[in-house]
Amino acid sequence: MNRSWRRHRHWLAPTLFILPGALLFGVVIILASIRTIWVSFFDWDGVGPMQWVGLANYQQLAADPQFYVSLKNNVIWLVMFMLAPPLGLALALLLNQAIAGMKVLKSLFFVPLVLASVTVGVVFTWVYDPTFGLLSLIYGWFGATAPALLSDEHLVSFAVVIAALWPQVTFCLVLFLAGLNNLNEDLIGAGRVDGARGFAMLLHIVLPQLREVSFIALAITVIGALRSFDMVAVMTSGGPFGSSTVLAYQMYEQSIFSYRFGYGAAIATVLFAIMAVFIVWYLRTLLRPEQETA
Amino acid sequence: MYPRPIPETARSARAAYIALVVGVLILWLLPLVTVMLTSLRSFEEVMAGNYWGWPKSFNFIENYTAVFKQTALARYFINSLIITLPSVVGVLVLATLTGYVLSRHRFAGNRLVFALFVGGNFLPAQIMMIPVRDLMVSLGFYDTYFALIIFHTAFQTGFATLFMRNFIAALPDELFQAARAEGASPWQTLWHVVVPLIRPALAALAILTFTFVWNDYFWAIVLTQSDAVKPVTAGLNNLRGEWVSAWNLVAAATIMVAIPPVAMFFLMQRHFIAGLTMGAVKG
Repeated sequence: MNRSWRRHRHWLAPTLFILPGALLFGVVIILASIRTIWVSFFDWDGVGPMQWVGLANYQQLAADPQFYVSLKNNVIWLVMFMLAPPLGLALALLLNQAIAGMKVLKSLFFVPLVLASVTVGVVFTWVYDPTFGLLSLIYGWFGATAPALLSDEHLVSFAVVIAALWPQVTFCLVLFLAGLNNLNEDLIGAGRVDGARGFAMLLHIVLPQLREVSFIALAITVIGALRSFDMVAVMTSGGPFGSSTVLAYQMYEQSIFSYRFGYGAAIATVLFAIMAVFIVWYLRTLLRPEQETA
Repeated sequence: MYPRPIPETARSARAAYIALVVGVLILWLLPLVTVMLTSLRSFEEVMAGNYWGWPKSFNFIENYTAVFKQTALARYFINSLIITLPSVVGVLVLATLTGYVLSRHRFAGNRLVFALFVGGNFLPAQIMMIPVRDLMVSLGFYDTYFALIIFHTAFQTGFATLFMRNFIAALPDELFQAARAEGASPWQTLWHVVVPLIRPALAALAILTFTFVWNDYFWAIVLTQSDAVKPVTAGLNNLRGEWVSAWNLVAAATIMVAIPPVAMFFLMQRHFIAGLTMGAVKG
């Protein structure tokens, strides 16, 4: 036993090392995700037996007006979230000075990043409150009445996304500050000698060096927009009248509240298909440089 | 540096710059500051609608003790700790093992396994919700700490593996060649060569995982329902429904929930930022 262990440990030991993590991740995350696709072909209340219905859930989904509301809101999230990288970059450019006291100020700027989304949701529900919120105070200064953003079916999604942008912009800010710290000083110096200043410098010398960081910021922002759930759940529960649901929330509602697990799984599968495009694109870009050097 | 540094000699320009930054910061954190202010007000004042005037009395101690005495917040806090701490330890152990193997051992499928860890990490929670919930129900873990500990450990291992693999891959090759020349077993190499060198990575991962798990809301509401198990995030949302008019107490609870991750962040900021940017930028 001991001898054969010694002979084989060069591959047995690594196998044993990777097994617990790979098994746990494989079963709980990967297999579960695949099983959702399987469940989407069934009619299931989550408790009783599952009944095969083929593509019926998807046909129903295609005819469900609520599905298109969710899809439209996901697009609103995605488009508005695209503001996060440029806003984060703008803040990073503002804050990138080495002056006494800036360290503390910068860390205070980072606070929204570590807040729980529930906290952000509660805080902004407050801001938006039409009777005593920050927004009503500001409207009051101009003698106007604040709109009840969270109960207006046309504005609600925008209001929720603005709240969600707060931590997302912070995330981009942190990434861009790190990127700005890794700039090639020689290139900047050469640019200055050549008379590049201000915006021209940013466009031609700084931004090209931030390509990698920008890519990450963009990818994380896209994925963040697509998997938005918490803010909708906390701030509106999808309301008023389901006007602020996103795919993730509709899926949760259909499964947990309406016990339509097969239908929920179909929504999740559609969401997954949309996301898979981005994940594959991300992984390809990520793994490509390594393949070149290998 | 870009933008061009403001020179030390330009005193007034520096002062103006700091003033500008402080101004932007106040606007940036204004939503949070208003909640903080509300958490100091008395119940009478909140009922009277004084949300913006100078507080007539500062009820800091009253409100923050009331929130612990009159609500289940203390219970939620303990629950969050019971869920978060084992998850962090589990993730660190598993990710060190997987990261080491994936970075230092060549085998068929290495790249595929790595891609699964990284890709799985980006999956939306909803895609695995139904099967995970079903699994926890059938294991008898639904509405227990185990459900959340197992799930968070599994899920965070994805990001942590990406992180650890890149960190260990960046360690100098000579160390591993020397270990091999000495006839060290994989276990000895891991324990005596790798672990002492990855302390900064472990610190960064610990703080990141803590924040991610502590702040989770989705799995808290999917996998638990009773107050005895619920973590603070789900608990806070409950309190909001129960204490509709006592905004000062809800505000105090909101601030309390935010304090642990913010405190952890300030204590270990260097590790947090390094971890986040390395995890993102290098991986």
